[in-house]
Amino acid sequence: MKPVAFEYCRPDTLEEVMELLTEFGGDASIISGGVSLGAMLNMRLVRPKALIDINHVLELGNVEFDDATAITGALVRQAAAQKMTSLMSGVPLLAMSLPWVGHYQTKSRGTLGGSVAHADPSAEIPLTLVTLGGSVTLRSPSGVREVAARDFFHGLLTTDRRPDELITALNWPLRRASTAYAFEEIAQRHGDFAITAVAAEATVAIDGTLANVSFGLGGVEDHPIVADTAEFIGRPATRDTAKEIAEVVADIVDPMVDLQANADYRRQLVRVLGSRVLSSAFNEASAVREAA
Amino acid sequence: MLRIKPDQKQRVTLTVNGKLVSGYAQPRLLLTDFLRHEMGMYGTHVGCEHGVCGACTIIIDDVATRSCLRYAVQCDGLELRTVEGLAEPDGKLNTLQKAFNENGALQCGFCTAGILMSATKFLQDNPKPDRDEIKEMLSGHICRCTGYEQIVRAIFQASGQ
Repeated sequence: MKPVAFEYCRPDTLEEVMELLTEFGGDASIISGGVSLGAMLNMRLVRPKALIDINHVLELGNVEFDDATAITGALVRQAAAQKMTSLMSGVPLLAMSLPWVGHYQTKSRGTLGGSVAHADPSAEIPLTLVTLGGSVTLRSPSGVREVAARDFFHGLLTTDRRPDELITALNWPLRRASTAYAFEEIAQRHGDFAITAVAAEATVAIDGTLANVSFGLGGVEDHPIVADTAEFIGRPATRDTAKEIAEVVADIVDPMVDLQANADYRRQLVRVLGSRVLSSAFNEASAVREAA
Repeated sequence: MLRIKPDQKQRVTLTVNGKLVSGYAQPRLLLTDFLRHEMGMYGTHVGCEHGVCGACTIIIDDVATRSCLRYAVQCDGLELRTVEGLAEPDGKLNTLQKAFNENGALQCGFCTAGILMSATKFLQDNPKPDRDEIKEMLSGHICRCTGYEQIVRAIFQASGQ
């Protein structure tokens, strides 16, 4: 199908984007790679009055680092991010999840920021940001704000972004000491959206117990979530604990039902894949701790 | 800042396979439709028109990407390579096309233009890929005839291994 008629706007600076957002607000769609939005436009699931093409706003393509964070501009392409060794070694979970994202021909154009803006419940990039406790920087004509990723995703294709805001950057916490990561998913075809994706971050204390666990789930509920694992802090970082966490979490989640999978299957994936990633992160973190 | 009204026809000039071409496009005109209907270049195929099937894949500014997810007005001044630019000037098939021919890597041919363009760029990035890398690249295309095995073989052969 073909998109509705829209006005095409191609700003060169952030200020011009702000002018357009003031003028059109929610009647405009912002396009970067267009890998998700292009499909929605062609199917007329979105019918904007104006399309704001941010591909010429070069300052959105930067990657910067501070002591604890990697800051990726909204326009950083997925394939380019994967080739950036400083980013991949600084944010190992992103290096693990990006190979699952899309295909050679879509990653070349799709952006990190676009995936977060689109907010597909099973997309890997939002799940990674949520699991790591990262955040999203938004800019509107009235100012800049930062929203924790865990508060940013509200539901299916729905986020905390207001109609007059632009995502300018994503903030990724850098690798922490004695911490390890793991990521896995099941999809119908490699590169497709996951039926269920799981991510884990684990920190192991000197005595071999868990100092911190973050267990993220994508494609299970209508937005990426982090399971409550507080009761497991202080428990031994073992395979049994990993299995127990996955089983407890699988029973509490409220999985989506669609043509690909029913709720029971998604619960089972949380059990099996969850126990696998947690156990892998625990092992790796223990090894890092011993080497330190 | 460039602004084009919904019903305004904008002149779009781009380089396709080394030749400078130009035409007119409203903002909503897909690059695929610009190539096919404005330029009369029917080599680039349109399958699903939402980025999933891969039939419309072409090389834009040295990046293999979906042309159904681009608007013609976004591509003013860019350099495109399409399937029409692959054969030698005398019409002889190039190495990759010959390998497709010899390995039976196409039947109906609908997906082929896109796969050839992906593979062209892919082999430029990775001249000696292994079979798994080829399969991963191919996961961005749908072929309903071959079962993919012959395509993998053809790309492997074209890489000279």
